[in-house]
Amino acid sequence: MYTFNFRRASNLEEAQQLHQSSSDAVYVSGGMTLIPSLKLRLASPDDVVDLSRIDGLSAISSADGVLSVGAMARHCDVAATTDIPALAALANRIGDAQVRNRGTIGGSLANNDPAADYPAAVLGLGATIHTNRRTIAGDDFFVDLFETALDDGEIIMRVDFPTPKRAAYAKFANQASKYAVVGVMVAETDSGVRVGVTGAGACAFRLTSFEDALSTNMSASALAGIDVDSSDFNSDLHASAAYRGSLVTVMAKQAVEQLTA
Amino acid sequence: MKVDLTVNGSQHTVDVADNALLSDVLRETLGLTGTHVGCDTSQCGACTVHLDGRSVKACTVLAGQADGGDVTTIEGIANGDDLHPMQVAFRANHALQCGFCTPGMIMSAIDLVQTADSPLSAEEVREGLEGNFCRCTGYHNIVKAVLDAQANM
Repeated sequence: MYTFNFRRASNLEEAQQLHQSSSDAVYVSGGMTLIPSLKLRLASPDDVVDLSRIDGLSAISSADGVLSVGAMARHCDVAATTDIPALAALANRIGDAQVRNRGTIGGSLANNDPAADYPAAVLGLGATIHTNRRTIAGDDFFVDLFETALDDGEIIMRVDFPTPKRAAYAKFANQASKYAVVGVMVAETDSGVRVGVTGAGACAFRLTSFEDALSTNMSASALAGIDVDSSDFNSDLHASAAYRGSLVTVMAKQAVEQLTA
Repeated sequence: MKVDLTVNGSQHTVDVADNALLSDVLRETLGLTGTHVGCDTSQCGACTVHLDGRSVKACTVLAGQADGGDVTTIEGIANGDDLHPMQVAFRANHALQCGFCTPGMIMSAIDLVQTADSPLSAEEVREGLEGNFCRCTGYHNIVKAVLDAQANM
């Protein structure tokens, strides 16, 4: 195992101080990505700052049509929250049971793995991310591969999901890892139809051509013939870029069929 | 680094390296070698234990993260000579071949049954044990054992 200093923060201020005072620090939440990364030397920080002892970061609450999910809420907790069934279903298909019992929404979003599930929910449902410094619109959060709008040392506090009129998530999962080869969240929200896609590109994105088509006709047939540009999509041993492009349409259709069922 | 743990009902304060894993503490510091480390990459689930009541892969939890936690390992589920219903069912259904994955399978299966809202189907057991590999591929009898055990838990 890679050697590092384990620093336990008891509050947000201490967490930031520990982060700032280190030349190379990383926060750990559930650690479901970080710990395997440390073992493989894909991450090599001097200090690992543990956020799990900070009170108040794991609450899930619902008020005025908004589901607030604390950053340290675990996937199993989100899966058991029925306010937004599509979000619960998405959380219930992340990784495996042991991963869902440890992994957190804040950790997943801050890591911004291109194949993570939650980014599709943030974009598809039009969520807002609250940090210890500011509020970031979900649409502005995902910047590039493993890169977010978070500044160095900034900590996600909670994610607010407006309750959609109806929504559904469909994913083509990698059989071994259960990561999304492609996952699509389709939602009919107060601000219109939203389509969030994960797994296909360097980071999750909205597909406005699908949103426009579904706005006038919420049916799978409305997506027929719409070209998905896969030229910048991920290509790896699991799927070629063109295959991912095809999966975007197939998963979006499946999500629409679920949503209208 | 000092870490306080309750393991199978006994309190321990252990002095471990900052980068120690929960699986290291259980096996090497406390000598509880029933928790197996198979892949050490959080895929195989052989190291599954319960941390604060839920199944986790002990090779993917830092000891410091588990500080103050309540851990149950395979050594802690029987009541003296009385095996846990899941252990009984694994034995009765021949749900182990080489036995390496068995401790993790049993710990995952117990959490799966305990957290289920309604009786599990065979398909739900298979999906629920997705995080545990049996490299003997003895899944069929494992599923039978879990279905058998849930009636007695």
